[in-house]
Amino acid sequence: MTKNLRTKASKFIDETTRISFKFDGKVYYGYKGDTLASALIANGIHLVARSFKYHRPRGIMTAGSEEPNAIVQVNGNSAYTEPNVRATEIEIYDGLEASSQNCWPNVNFDIGGINNILSPVLPAGFYYKTFMWPASFWEKYEYFIRKSAGLGKSPTKPDPDIYEHKHIHCDVLVIGGGISGIMAAKTAAENNFKTLLLDEKPHLGGSTIYQNSDFDKINNQSSSTWLENEISKLKDIKNLEIKTRTSVVAYHGYNFLLARENLTDHLPFDKKKNKIRQRLIKIRAKKVIVATGSIERPLIFNNNDRPGIILSSAIKKYSDYYGVICGNENVLFTNNDSAYETAISLFNKGIRVNAIIDIRDKVTSSIVNQAEKLSIKIYNSFTIVDTSGYRRIKNISIMKLSKDGQSVTGSKTQINCDCLGVSGGWTPAVHLFTQSGGKLKFDYDDNVFKPNKYPSDQISIGACNGEFDLDTIIKNFNNNVKTYLGIEKTSYENLNISASKEILKKNIWLLPSNKPIGKTKSFVDFQNDATAKDIKLALREGFRSIEHVKRYTTTGMGTDQGKLGNMHALGIISDTSGVKMSDLGTTTFRPPYTPLTFGTIVGRNVGEFFDIFRKTPMHDWHVKNNAEFENVGQWKRAWYYPKKNESMHDAVQRESKAARDGAGILDASTLGKIDIQGSDASEFLNRVYTNAWSKLAVGKCRYGLMLNEDGMVYDDGVTTRLDENHYIMTTTTGGAATVLGKLEDYLQTEWPELDVYLTSVTDHFATISVCGPHSKKIVKKIIPDLDLSDEKFPHMSFKNAKIGNIKCRVMRISFTGEQSYEINIQANFGKSVWEKCIEAGEEFNITPYGTETMHLLRAEKGFIIVGQDTDATLTPIDLQMDWIVSKKKYDFIGKRSLYRSDTIREDRKQLVGIITEDPKEVLEEGAQIVADVSKKPVEMLGHITSSYFSPNLNKSIALGVVKGGKDMLGKKLFVPMKNKVINVQIADPVFLDKDNKRLNA
Amino acid sequence: MFIINCPYCGEREQSEFKAGGEAHIVRPKQPTELSDDEWAEYLFMRKNIKGVQFERWVHIHGCRKWFNMVRDTSNDQIHAVYKMGEKPPVK
Repeated sequence: MTKNLRTKASKFIDETTRISFKFDGKVYYGYKGDTLASALIANGIHLVARSFKYHRPRGIMTAGSEEPNAIVQVNGNSAYTEPNVRATEIEIYDGLEASSQNCWPNVNFDIGGINNILSPVLPAGFYYKTFMWPASFWEKYEYFIRKSAGLGKSPTKPDPDIYEHKHIHCDVLVIGGGISGIMAAKTAAENNFKTLLLDEKPHLGGSTIYQNSDFDKINNQSSSTWLENEISKLKDIKNLEIKTRTSVVAYHGYNFLLARENLTDHLPFDKKKNKIRQRLIKIRAKKVIVATGSIERPLIFNNNDRPGIILSSAIKKYSDYYGVICGNENVLFTNNDSAYETAISLFNKGIRVNAIIDIRDKVTSSIVNQAEKLSIKIYNSFTIVDTSGYRRIKNISIMKLSKDGQSVTGSKTQINCDCLGVSGGWTPAVHLFTQSGGKLKFDYDDNVFKPNKYPSDQISIGACNGEFDLDTIIKNFNNNVKTYLGIEKTSYENLNISASKEILKKNIWLLPSNKPIGKTKSFVDFQNDATAKDIKLALREGFRSIEHVKRYTTTGMGTDQGKLGNMHALGIISDTSGVKMSDLGTTTFRPPYTPLTFGTIVGRNVGEFFDIFRKTPMHDWHVKNNAEFENVGQWKRAWYYPKKNESMHDAVQRESKAARDGAGILDASTLGKIDIQGSDASEFLNRVYTNAWSKLAVGKCRYGLMLNEDGMVYDDGVTTRLDENHYIMTTTTGGAATVLGKLEDYLQTEWPELDVYLTSVTDHFATISVCGPHSKKIVKKIIPDLDLSDEKFPHMSFKNAKIGNIKCRVMRISFTGEQSYEINIQANFGKSVWEKCIEAGEEFNITPYGTETMHLLRAEKGFIIVGQDTDATLTPIDLQMDWIVSKKKYDFIGKRSLYRSDTIREDRKQLVGIITEDPKEVLEEGAQIVADVSKKPVEMLGHITSSYFSPNLNKSIALGVVKGGKDMLGKKLFVPMKNKVINVQIADPVFLDKDNKRLNA
Repeated sequence: MFIINCPYCGEREQSEFKAGGEAHIVRPKQPTELSDDEWAEYLFMRKNIKGVQFERWVHIHGCRKWFNMVRDTSNDQIHAVYKMGEKPPVK
């Protein structure tokens, strides 16, 4: 480390602990307390990045989270890699590796720099204008654009770090631990409010804590000493929780806020291990005190982006807080007094200040007088018209400003420097305030947007409220916080404040140059390379809305969200278009305030915790028996059970054949089950299903179709009348929750007079379906007492029974077309009864089958699956299920819609069976069905919804929807595929056992 | 994220609730007697006001009860919640 780039020891930096890190492959040293930015500057490195579009060399510009340029990739190609990290925010630790982004082969020599030379032909909207035509060329452009776009590289390996979420409720949340925030948190906590104080930096104190000016004094102490004393008192206060390295990223309505707490990013690798890296804190606060301070603005002049051009306040922070010298030949360029503070501080440390360029006329505030006394050369009413120096600023050219500030006069003067501090005034950090819905007003004295109307129980105090002088801050604090918290007094009412007061303010959004604007590069958005010229071009091309100009020029759209330059963009638009700032408004401030890692957002919800999943009581058996699973809703359902090396196709063919030849067994526990009770239960079912229910006898089952009010099929299932006023309804697996929701909705809001109670019992029962020619014998073995004769227990009926002394319900219902029995038993006995069935069925080759075989078997019978064969655009009539729609019933959900002019069209898509000319050819689900392949564009008649090879029929079968298909039986159509056209024919959707003989076989 | 004062359970997080569209649209008692246009009016037409709006909500992950809410859509302020069947508060 070059020792001479450090000033005398800073108390915030531990010079006894040396830390080694790598930047662009080279080893450097810093001290504990350094950020990557301060350590790099201490090593004399300013060029750290290339800009996004022109690949211009860029340096560290700020000392905070607003940094636009110095964004780096951390930890190379490892799983710990992270792109777009602000060098100003990351604290160095042993082993840290960082590298420049957006440059190739390296930051000092970057091929993309050619874009800088080409920049006259790369104006705003260049990509929009150029690469849109001809459309077919996009494929060719895309490769190059993708390669040259983007900042860092996203990680390719799974994130090894641990993250978590935490909820905090508090009475008062204070955002920002600067002088205002500390006073507010202390006051709130002392008045018995449960208080939470958050600050994004590792230490509290904001910019006051390293303030060494003689001009800001509190009770005759320097403001930093006074504040340090206040901070030291905080630890003894009850009710106060403090979190540092924690930034509030989002402020939503009803005082709901999100903050990211950084726990291990500053620690060396061996100390990060097995610890939570970052925590997303979800805060619900009764009251919020926003004390987020302000961000210094740059100035917009020609070539204002070179490495070594730094915000004046950042230079001061680097020297006063980190003890790092940004340059040995400093020049400051300002429109306000704060740059003088920097100049005086540097001077007092023996660091040379060559000049202060001030666009204002001669100022006589006490701080300016002090600078004059130190014989720092001050140029009043001057502006910088150009800068030079490729990898680091070398000199500046200044000229006298005209009276109106719109042009320059006289001759150019050159001043050498290796560091240029700029200060364009201060922008209150109103981001969080506006995110919460707050409305701003423009203050023409300070040229800032200030909070105006609060949308929730909150208050902004200090610099983020547009208060910049220490005495104003403290005076307003006492008035506003007292009222806000409803307290009688604060402990800050009799402070003796002395502070320098700014007398003269002047603001020029875009500083003039001796060159025409077309020949200048005055950057407004440093990260996205948007210049003043681009903004003016956008206005010339007709963009008016600030939101449109933003998108066209990409101003404010980088990872820094334009924290530095957005105000200037607005100012330039206002000046050019003549619209007042207050009428122009701002672009929308959106969360997050600073970027969040995906890890923080998802917290612990990764891997097996990504989403919850539901298992049936027989799940373990399926796993043991080699089942493959499919996700249906939140359920894991057995999909098929491959034996040895069986493919899915082979397994499904085997299972399907076994179910029809011998016996099959299916876990149907996932079907939704709703228990319906009450004296109006029958009437209720009449209203929600299309068919009639009043006459269904106790002990009988009936299939029902449920529609939406628009007449489209919504769900289906079998409902059983258990008793006079007691039904059990089954729904599709995926539809269970929404069906219950819909039924509750009608019951509570449309028909509250009905005496009906609905209870979800899906999880309470295990459902085992045994089907096939031997199913009766198998059930008989398990429940010997039950009379299974077709007379006593016919198809579509139900019996109460007992297996041992466990009660169960047996329904004789069938989704496969085979004789089948569904045993419903208390869930915790599900697995043992399932195993009993398997054991009893062994002699009949009972075969467990999964959802895929179930789908195949029902397709052979032409039974629909809601959601596969239907898609919320099909009525029961479209499904050729007219038989299920009651003509007699006065009303049911969706009835009126069945004869709207649209639903009675004859040429609607209708469900039909489809067979292929070649019985071995299996159609693809989703494939289009057409009548004529030669006429272009080809008219689509419909598509395939279900398709299988049926082992029982030894041919390919399919269901599909076809326009006017109802009347097309036998018609030959075509299914065009990528390499061939398949000949198909419309058929009856019932492919197997049309007379339902097998149900009683 | 709102805090919603469920008329049955009290204040709860918005994530426990589900919105159910415009309130006080009564399902016609005799749908068969309506013209296509009249039925379409009931079926499809909903207001989408910037300002004070009457809405249906359900405490879906709580008591499962439906209720009504008066909400200003421009700033999400909830002016009132009241049970199904109760008269809306006069503005």
